[in-house]
Amino acid sequence: MGDLRLMKGNEVIAEAAIRCGCDGYFGYPITPQSEIMETLMARRPWEETGMVVLQAESEGASINMIYGGASSGKKVMTSSSSPGISLMSEGLSYLAGAELPCLIVNVQRGGPGLGTIQPSQSDYFQATKGGGHGDFQLIVLAPASVQEMNDFVDLGFELAFKYRNPAMILADGVIGQTMEKVELSDYKPRWTEQQIEEMHGSWAANGKKANRNQHIVTSLELVSERQEKFNQKLQAKYRKMEEEEVRYEMIQCDDAEYVIVAFGLSARISQKSVDILREKGIKVGLLRPITLFPFPTKIISELANRGVKGFLSVEMNAGQMVQDVRLAVNGKTKVEYFGRMGGMITNPGEVADVVESKLIGK
Amino acid sequence: MADLQLQDIIKPENRVYGKSKVLTDKPMHYCYGCSHGVVNKLIAEVIEEMGIQDKTVGVSPVGCAVFMYDYIDVDFMEAAHGKAPAVATGYKRTNPDKYVFTYQGDGDLAAIGTGETFHAVNRGENIVMIFINNAIYGMTGGQMAPTTMLGQVTATTPYGRDVDLNGYPLKITELLAQLPGAAYVTRQSVHTPANVRKCKKAIRKAFENSAKKIGTSFVEVVSTCNSGWKIDPVASNKWMEENMFPFYPLGDLKDSERLDIEQYKVQKLKK
Repeated sequence: MGDLRLMKGNEVIAEAAIRCGCDGYFGYPITPQSEIMETLMARRPWEETGMVVLQAESEGASINMIYGGASSGKKVMTSSSSPGISLMSEGLSYLAGAELPCLIVNVQRGGPGLGTIQPSQSDYFQATKGGGHGDFQLIVLAPASVQEMNDFVDLGFELAFKYRNPAMILADGVIGQTMEKVELSDYKPRWTEQQIEEMHGSWAANGKKANRNQHIVTSLELVSERQEKFNQKLQAKYRKMEEEEVRYEMIQCDDAEYVIVAFGLSARISQKSVDILREKGIKVGLLRPITLFPFPTKIISELANRGVKGFLSVEMNAGQMVQDVRLAVNGKTKVEYFGRMGGMITNPGEVADVVESKLIGK
Repeated sequence: MADLQLQDIIKPENRVYGKSKVLTDKPMHYCYGCSHGVVNKLIAEVIEEMGIQDKTVGVSPVGCAVFMYDYIDVDFMEAAHGKAPAVATGYKRTNPDKYVFTYQGDGDLAAIGTGETFHAVNRGENIVMIFINNAIYGMTGGQMAPTTMLGQVTATTPYGRDVDLNGYPLKITELLAQLPGAAYVTRQSVHTPANVRKCKKAIRKAFENSAKKIGTSFVEVVSTCNSGWKIDPVASNKWMEENMFPFYPLGDLKDSERLDIEQYKVQKLKK
């Protein structure tokens, strides 16, 4: 059993990065996630594990520093919040186009524009539909607890390297700022140069040896036929993720007539709504997507086929994930949305009322 | 002497110059008269002479040199426009024993990438930065660059660069030389054999510096773009000498060891 601590979600991201053998963090301060870099700077991991930490001049610089570090096959990451992630979108597209594994943490705040500094989930589209130009996908993990802030750092890197694709932890201001009990992961040593050579030596730009050809990390291709082929290869990778990497949690769905679909903080709140409604004798369950991409389309479709009478997508935005729920349900039954925006947070009673009024029609 | 045959002279031991082994056999796509080909060649020669081919990683730019990895036989990263210094920073920080060089044109380094350029140099990243200043955007068809001269005609300054409309040509190299993180800042050209040799020395020094960890080494090469300027190569060299050199004078702007920062340190803030 690892160390038990009472920690903030943001601090845990930093601690988990050090413990999972991360080689480098590059970031730029922005509320509500600045504690990530502050914690790292105070911990001085370069003296302990050799992990590099650098405060960049902008988010545009940080994401490109990630591009540089990831090009050598090392474990590198950055973190930011919504407006900062927008500044990184160009880099995200280049990372996906060059098939570079890396981890990006988005502790979301309300938008658009500078918006608020309070929690939100309004970057769902940005995170799950690419978030930059061109046909690409990020692997997106949605933590609903401080414990998952710890667990998903390691998982994010694991998936990123498995698929040679950027992975994102899509958290929100509450998960980032809340203190909860957390069991920290055990320390894993950073990969040695030899391990990197063995695992990623076929593509990483880590110095051309006499016995091999150059390694060029690039997303440039001027010949349309070859670009299309490459895009098809990317799409095949995304389809494989959809087959093999979908993660979700189901709470009281076995006999549910109505299902709330919610991720992150909205799922924490909706879990209580399920209890409230169950006490009233209404058979409600909660489906919590853990991977937002790949999205748990199949299980939602199965629930709809099984006779669930209605779905309610609860989100801290204007209704973004509800589109994916509707695609999964494909017209078989009712799909409604409820949410708050701009940093406003719903509560269990409010969600329970909406289930009754919108889904059951009381 | 009369018996000396040509075959007797053409021997490996008599060779005074040859193609670098770090240059590939691929024919370069650069225009005749363009400076890129010469500078690419010099970088390859320096890497070969220092024996660092397996320890060197380049960052190629957006612009005419985007395919420079086809010519210089080392591992490369292709950066987004303007971001090469950030890419190089991320690489060098996580791989401190490697040699990392960036290669950027004036639009890449001094317009879209000004922020990344300044901060990489100001942090004193132990990288080599090569800056090709030909006062024009070559690849996109000859538009105004930040270093375009006043009165110079380009596709987006068809009546000549006008201060009121376009501002002034940017002497970014002079600005970078002011930064404490810069160890070596120099301005070179490759339009004569003598200048080619000087430029090669400067590039070699920049690579050697990066192993000493004394800060950033920055080599500007004032260059020609006869296609963009729409004059022939010989006329380009002449135009560069007469118009660019007075404003962008050749020579070292800075050559220093690491700055002594102890004197600038402040006391800790106390409540």
